[in-house]
Amino acid sequence: MNTPFAIPDNPDSACQPPSAKDFLVDRTFRALARIGVVLILALVFALVYEVGRKALPGMEKHGFDVLFGTVWDVNQGKYGILPAIWGTLYSALIALLIAGFFGVSMAIFLTQDFLPAKLAAVFRTIVELLAAIPSVVYGLWGIYVVIPAIRPLTAWLNSELGWIPFFGTSLSGPGLLPAALVLAIMILPTIAAVSQDALTSVPMKTKQAAYGMGTTHWEAILKVMVPSAATGIFGSLVLGLGRALGETMALAMLVGNANTITLSLFAPANTLAALLALNFPEAGPNEIEVLMYAALVLMFITLLVNVFGSMIMLYAQRGNKQ
Amino acid sequence: MTDLSNPVAALPSLQRKLEGRALRSLVLTSLAWFAALVASVPLISVLYMLITRGGARLSLEVFTELPPTGFEMGGGFGNAMAGTFVMVGIAAAIAVPVGILAAVFLAELGPESKLANAARFAAKMLTGLPSILAGVFAYALVVMTTGTYSAPAGGVALAVLMLPIVVLTAEESMKMVPKIMKDAAYGMGCTRAQVICKIVLPTGLPAILTGVMLAVARAAGETAPLLFTALFSNYWIYHDGSLAVMNPTASLAVLIYNFSGMPFDNQLELAWAASLVLVMIVLVINILSRVFGKPKY
Repeated sequence: MNTPFAIPDNPDSACQPPSAKDFLVDRTFRALARIGVVLILALVFALVYEVGRKALPGMEKHGFDVLFGTVWDVNQGKYGILPAIWGTLYSALIALLIAGFFGVSMAIFLTQDFLPAKLAAVFRTIVELLAAIPSVVYGLWGIYVVIPAIRPLTAWLNSELGWIPFFGTSLSGPGLLPAALVLAIMILPTIAAVSQDALTSVPMKTKQAAYGMGTTHWEAILKVMVPSAATGIFGSLVLGLGRALGETMALAMLVGNANTITLSLFAPANTLAALLALNFPEAGPNEIEVLMYAALVLMFITLLVNVFGSMIMLYAQRGNKQ
Repeated sequence: MTDLSNPVAALPSLQRKLEGRALRSLVLTSLAWFAALVASVPLISVLYMLITRGGARLSLEVFTELPPTGFEMGGGFGNAMAGTFVMVGIAAAIAVPVGILAAVFLAELGPESKLANAARFAAKMLTGLPSILAGVFAYALVVMTTGTYSAPAGGVALAVLMLPIVVLTAEESMKMVPKIMKDAAYGMGCTRAQVICKIVLPTGLPAILTGVMLAVARAAGETAPLLFTALFSNYWIYHDGSLAVMNPTASLAVLIYNFSGMPFDNQLELAWAASLVLVMIVLVINILSRVFGKPKY
């Protein structure tokens, strides 16, 4: 038998070289593991290929008209997704502003010795559980809790400060602001968790040096800790943005599905993901082609943001090691 | 100029006054407390609404009856729960074996190889994939090919979302297995398959299970990938004596979505009750995974 092991003199010894069967099992197992890895790569390839292939007829027929068109009317055969692209970016940015503030504050609050360890763990669990609640439940909650809760405030803002474009219309039900608020809650856990990692990975020595210079607690945080963790915190914001761009259900239920480009926070709008969710189930073949096109656009935008975010995180990790 | 006629007044006060830096610290600390408390409000509000509105409707019959239509009273979401279980089951049957095998390669067989680096990057990109795109993919791959909305189509869409979670958590858990344990096994003359199957997988099992459970919890709550792959159905997946797998299939999440927009109180109550059940399932899996997944080493 051709093995790299010397055959022991005593065939009854407990110590035996691997048998031919062992080698066969080993080879098969390793081949299977390799197939598993190849399948992941194949899946990513298939994702782009399948969606791209089904989007191709739509791209050939409509070209860039889809990207810059503002009307979505199936009966006229007009498919424009510019309002949806605008709504996707706008709602994600508002959500990022809100969740960025609360998420980073939360991360500072939980890592910079404001709380006894046990209480900090309670808050950390609350934030993690926020991520566990399904988005459709947030949607339901948004319709029956958030919209009624913010309506008085939005009515006041519109009547008193209506000349500011952001408050230009009144909130008649679903709209950008409730959607963005719920979106913010959904991306808060991502931002808080990644920022916490960034802050805890700043060496203890750095903080001690700051205190040794006579800084107050907050001067140490804002002038030393946060700048040291800045790359990681920035990465958390980009990853949160990536999540917000692709979130579907909460937006499909709360954003109002109106194909308008507006600055007003209280107006109904649309997003790419919501457009897909609402139109796909009843779409005819022509519409499917354009929806596949829209899916490709959404894939491209989120991929771009996520690659950027991952690269920042890699850069931040490398910085920590040095 | 300091007035030298009263030297005591020229000395800095030893009393800590709330001004300047100290005041700023106090304001910022209050702001941090405020942010943390505000961030906890949504969770409490969601749970409160689920318990009061969903709990009111919860009874044994909602688990056994079919969804009501129109003005019909009563009813439940038994078929939707069954559908969710079937589709998550299909997804897990695809994603767990592939994910763990791939993780074995990433953690043990060729951690630094080009293939592994590419796959790791691909898995990371897949975690950021919007869930609706998993649905679009399954639609293009399964629904367009088979010509029908079905439970397997929904299962494939969910599997796409589960796979990266399983791969990345399983890889991490296998990397936590102490090197001396593996070295001891290699020293005894074990093949790599034996080391992995007898040492690495059993030792890493609790952490691997945690990842699998988190993936299952995520899949159970997903709506967007099921909207146009499994669609919805008002019937049991098992009816007329056969398993109607290749038919539209109900799921809890899609039921909540469909009923949330209906103008009927009965359906709305059921949507809240279904939300409560869904959140309970997801939270229980999450908590169990935490209990299971406490690292041993």
